[in-house]
Amino acid sequence: MNSAYILSLLQGLWATVVLSLLTFLFGGIAGFIVALARISRNWAISRGAAAYIEIMQGLPLLVLMGLCFYGPSILGYDSLSPLTAATFALTLYSSAYLGEIWRGCIQAVAKPQWEAAECLGLTRWQRMRAVILPQALRIAIPPTVGFLVQIVKNTSIASLVVGYAELSYNAKIINNATFEPFLYFGIAALMYFAICYPLSVQSRALERKLNVANR
Amino acid sequence: MTYNFDFAAVLAYWPLLLEGIWTTLRLTLFCTVFGILLGGACAVVRTGGPTWARWIVSLYVEFIRNTPLLVQCYFLIFGIASMGIRLPILVGATIALTVNIGAYTTEIVRAGIESIHRGQLEAATCLGLSRTQTYLHVIIRPALERVYPALSSQYVLLMLASSIVSSVGVEELFGISNRIQSETYRNFEIFVVLGGIYLGLAILVRGGFALLGLAMFPRRRKLGTPL
Repeated sequence: MNSAYILSLLQGLWATVVLSLLTFLFGGIAGFIVALARISRNWAISRGAAAYIEIMQGLPLLVLMGLCFYGPSILGYDSLSPLTAATFALTLYSSAYLGEIWRGCIQAVAKPQWEAAECLGLTRWQRMRAVILPQALRIAIPPTVGFLVQIVKNTSIASLVVGYAELSYNAKIINNATFEPFLYFGIAALMYFAICYPLSVQSRALERKLNVANR
Repeated sequence: MTYNFDFAAVLAYWPLLLEGIWTTLRLTLFCTVFGILLGGACAVVRTGGPTWARWIVSLYVEFIRNTPLLVQCYFLIFGIASMGIRLPILVGATIALTVNIGAYTTEIVRAGIESIHRGQLEAATCLGLSRTQTYLHVIIRPALERVYPALSSQYVLLMLASSIVSSVGVEELFGISNRIQSETYRNFEIFVVLGGIYLGLAILVRGGFALLGLAMFPRRRKLGTPL
């Protein structure tokens, strides 16, 4: 055990956190658009969003990483940096899952609320903004926090194809030098656990707390 | 845009790709069987076992569900190797994936078991069923039937996630394609082909689970309604 190794693991942890936050930010924005597109009245838009979700959920993240890493250079852009490519792939991936989760939450808002809003003569956009989304937000918080765990775990894959140096990558480099897999991968696993477990617990607690009306 | 796509160079490797598909499917099949056995057993322990055993199971479930599969693979496969035990790499990958999917299965099956109504258990007692009979016919089977959709989508995710074991040297579909990539330098084309194959496999596995469900749960087949 060496302090330089621990420092390197901590740097990896920071890179993991950065990638997770970027993914959540962009994936959240894209996911919101996907959710709205999915419930659109326009047949083409909603089918398009459904196809997008179907494709993203049927591809392994590794393949998506490869497509995002090598794809842009074909379109004439210079090759992306590992962080950009990883964020791009994870954004596409999580936008499909978040879109599907949020669509469920929007549709879970009680039917009379939609009808009442329509009776009040609100436009479709007003109804969404003032009536449906605030209530959907409440339903959406626990599964969204739960999905954050998935994002953090999925960032580990960013080291494989695009070579972004995050926690599991640094742990592997250290293991290559020391060959003490139980020790260093154990520490790396504990670090992931330290981020993910509080989120899991929080998600369950929020679910209980926000579910008061249905008890 | 001056890039010349060359899918022929990639598709020329179709025997290798087919081999990779076969390995991926075999890996998925083994992990599905072992995963359901492990997860089912853990779920039974977690809902009806002694306190210490429940505690161990929930520790296992929480730990696996809150760490990435990649790190679990490294930990188990390199760890086993460092103890001086020589396992075929495919066996090591099966163990790692089974340990992973077992935890998710435990949670899903547990939810199914907890949804069984108390009255069912009382009825089983009244009918004079033994403890084993009660577990098999009144608890496990209806529980599995109820959570079957969640279970099957979890196993489709497992098939997709099995691509991760290529990083420890398993030559499944993704591992094979790494080899093709280093021989042809057609990086983008190979990923497009891979994407197509994985999409097809996802549909195949989902269809397989749907058929299996029809065969396993005759009540559902006859009534056409979920339990």
